[in-house]
Amino acid sequence: MKRPKYSHGSSVCKGTASASHRLRTFRCKSGGSVPFQSQRTWDGFSRCGTESLKARFLYALNAALKGPIFHQRFTAIFSTAMLILLVIPNLLAQVTFDRLLNATKEPRNWMTYSGDYSGKRFSALDQINTNNVHTLTTKWVYQTAATGKLETSPLVADGILYATAQDDRAFALDARAGRPIWMYQRQLPSDIRPCCGRVNRGMAILGDKVFLGTLDAHVIALDAKTGAVIWDVDAADYRTGYSFTVAPLAVKNLVVIGVSGGECGVRGFIDAYDADTGKRKWRFYTVPGPSEPGHETWEGDSWKVGGAPAWNTGTYDPATNQIFWPTGNPSPSNRGEGRAGDNLYSNSLLALDADTGRLNWFFQFTKHDEHDWDATQVPIMIDSGAKHLIAQANRNGFFYILDRGTGKLISSTAYGKQTWSDSKDADGRPVANSHASPTFEGRTICPGALGTTNFMAPSYDPQTGMFYVTARDQCDTFSTAPQPYEAGHAFYGSAYFPSEDAEPYLGFLKAIDPTTGEVKYKFQHTSPTWSGVLSTAGGLAFSGDAEGNFIAFDARSLTPLWHFQMGGAVYAPPIAFAISGKEYVAIAAGSALFAFGLP
Amino acid sequence: MLVPSCRKAVVVWIALSSGILRAAQDRNPFAGDPRAAKAGEYEFRINCALCHGLGARGGGRGPDLTRAQKKFAHSDVEMFQIISNGIAGTAMPANGTNGQGVGMTDEEIWQIITYIRSQEVKTKATSVGDAAHGKSLFYGDANCSLCHMINGKGGRFGPELTSVGGARTPAAIIDSVRHPSHRLAWGLTEATKEFPQEYETVTAVTADGKEIKGVTLNEDSFSVQIMDQSEKIHLLRKDRLRSFHESRESAMPQYGTDVLSDKDLNDIVAFLISVGAK
Repeated sequence: MKRPKYSHGSSVCKGTASASHRLRTFRCKSGGSVPFQSQRTWDGFSRCGTESLKARFLYALNAALKGPIFHQRFTAIFSTAMLILLVIPNLLAQVTFDRLLNATKEPRNWMTYSGDYSGKRFSALDQINTNNVHTLTTKWVYQTAATGKLETSPLVADGILYATAQDDRAFALDARAGRPIWMYQRQLPSDIRPCCGRVNRGMAILGDKVFLGTLDAHVIALDAKTGAVIWDVDAADYRTGYSFTVAPLAVKNLVVIGVSGGECGVRGFIDAYDADTGKRKWRFYTVPGPSEPGHETWEGDSWKVGGAPAWNTGTYDPATNQIFWPTGNPSPSNRGEGRAGDNLYSNSLLALDADTGRLNWFFQFTKHDEHDWDATQVPIMIDSGAKHLIAQANRNGFFYILDRGTGKLISSTAYGKQTWSDSKDADGRPVANSHASPTFEGRTICPGALGTTNFMAPSYDPQTGMFYVTARDQCDTFSTAPQPYEAGHAFYGSAYFPSEDAEPYLGFLKAIDPTTGEVKYKFQHTSPTWSGVLSTAGGLAFSGDAEGNFIAFDARSLTPLWHFQMGGAVYAPPIAFAISGKEYVAIAAGSALFAFGLP
Repeated sequence: MLVPSCRKAVVVWIALSSGILRAAQDRNPFAGDPRAAKAGEYEFRINCALCHGLGARGGGRGPDLTRAQKKFAHSDVEMFQIISNGIAGTAMPANGTNGQGVGMTDEEIWQIITYIRSQEVKTKATSVGDAAHGKSLFYGDANCSLCHMINGKGGRFGPELTSVGGARTPAAIIDSVRHPSHRLAWGLTEATKEFPQEYETVTAVTADGKEIKGVTLNEDSFSVQIMDQSEKIHLLRKDRLRSFHESRESAMPQYGTDVLSDKDLNDIVAFLISVGAK
């Protein structure tokens, strides 16, 4: 039998028979979807009236193929073979939960935001390696023609690349040729006011759908083959400052997504939607309501506009069925007056039961934050012997290791310039010193509001044992600007801008040894960058810079081995994938997506 | 979710802002309203103070907005257009386009304008110094024009200064003449980059031992584009250089009072304002 074009052609990817899952959903003309099974156990068609369509198609196919020289029996065999050829690639295109769980076994695909559930952004592909990376060359460039920052982390499944762009564009490309298969763009209302650019960081894929959160706070399922909208759910009122910029995470049959809007005084939440229907299965409010534990950490009614958004993608531990999702700043972001208390669960890592959204444990990195230090950085699960850990390089300048079973802090170490903390509490958590709070006249604090790191995705390389993170040394002057809350308006409570005294602002790629928290290697960029990091089994770390370079580093020293000038600043993380046994590395820069490979 | 009273506030706000939108073209609905000026002060600190200073008196990067005479805008409606759309060819961005921050509603822009009006000092911008004498110094004894160009006349080694009198406060101009290394001037701004290139001083030694000294036109981790004092452009690959040294000591000589008196400097500032702020 002829091998389908996008099947398991790659030699590195054997043993993925689970891909040929029998169930797939069939999209009804009405826009709904129902599951049905392959030809042999056909039974679900009548529910959306497509049975007759399918039958008519087969009849027409038969009729077209049936000529006077073919007798009936041959035609039947031939049409059955044709049907198998038509159906098999569809079955292979199914990205099941089982495949997501075992994503590391098929490194030719990149099926979640961070590449697998652990958050490592590590690719086991090693075809591009330290010996040949100097020959790396551009394979294709895809222009989005969008302006603003392109923060997308693409997905690749079975030869098709799915990515997003500004203003909630989404598209699917032939990942080998760079040619679009479909394009989608959300018709956004004219009065949206997203905090930090009209950005989107990517999609989730499950079954035959991809999932997108939008700037007007909808969650949308698109048909992975056509880009058609399958379902569209209004999660919150964008007019009061809610939006989505995060790449959702598909877990089991759920689409998990966290809201943005910490600069507008939203009440943050993490939602889980049924991937088939869009029905909301659970919501965890990151600011506890009256009578809930943690509510007492908010002064008066401040909880109602307490922020704590959840705008970066978390990770999932199948062993304990827990989702680890990080949260952002309390609102107003830069003024603590009026919200006395720790302000739970702002700037925290939450461990939620995947089925119910119930909180198992939390760890708050920055209590009662007044510097916009969202803790939304991707947390990475690292196993060290019998220890099950979770690591985060935090925006506040400290690198944290927690026990992911209990949330207990194991270590915290500064990995960049910081002036806000010079002591730790009994748990080992850095605490703010007396001169850290903003004043009306202005006070200089390091790191600045943009943080030592920010949304740029980090990477953990199990081969080198290093945690790679993009870092910046910049101090800001924080000056209070106490505003009253007004729905849908900016709600910062402070002005902040780079401190003149701290120029120039420095940008780095740093390699942290998680066992000690020590920065083992660093590469200083020309200026601070917003690029994420990818590490690969080829002994490489990849990242981009603000000057438009895509750079391959020796993962063991952070010495640059290769670079390519892409012509626009990088605000996105790289990914790796393979097609027909050939490895590619892709990254967004400027308004375009680039793919590189060996000659 | 928000409580019903907040929803009501949203409805009121939408109704209000749509009314303001209609009025946006012809007048400032808050003109002279001290409460709007106070709200505008907070908005100003968040959105504008980075370049224009916390009190609107200008920072190192943006003009003093307390001057009654402004280069680009005279009426409130013109100010509204500039805050909304930015000023092409300058560092002034359009509202909400810098990728950081929420941006402002029409209502908030009018509040900011009301605040700026409340801070204005009703004096003419060209009150300091003798501009004619400043011009003769600029092109003569003070040697400014050896490196700086105004309206197509002068050197290319230092920043072009035609609009500096409108874009910088007199204090910022004086500081950069007396202490050129205090804050390096901004050069090229790339569309997608967060920070503009600064006028850093570079000394590079090529593989064949030739030393090149100049200012950075642009730079990344692998290449550097330099102009030397003879205005020659050098396009260099860093990995081909024997050495590369970058300094935040400005290539501009420091003009102390022994070289340039306070009066002469004021005259030069007056000349720059007469050209740049008219």
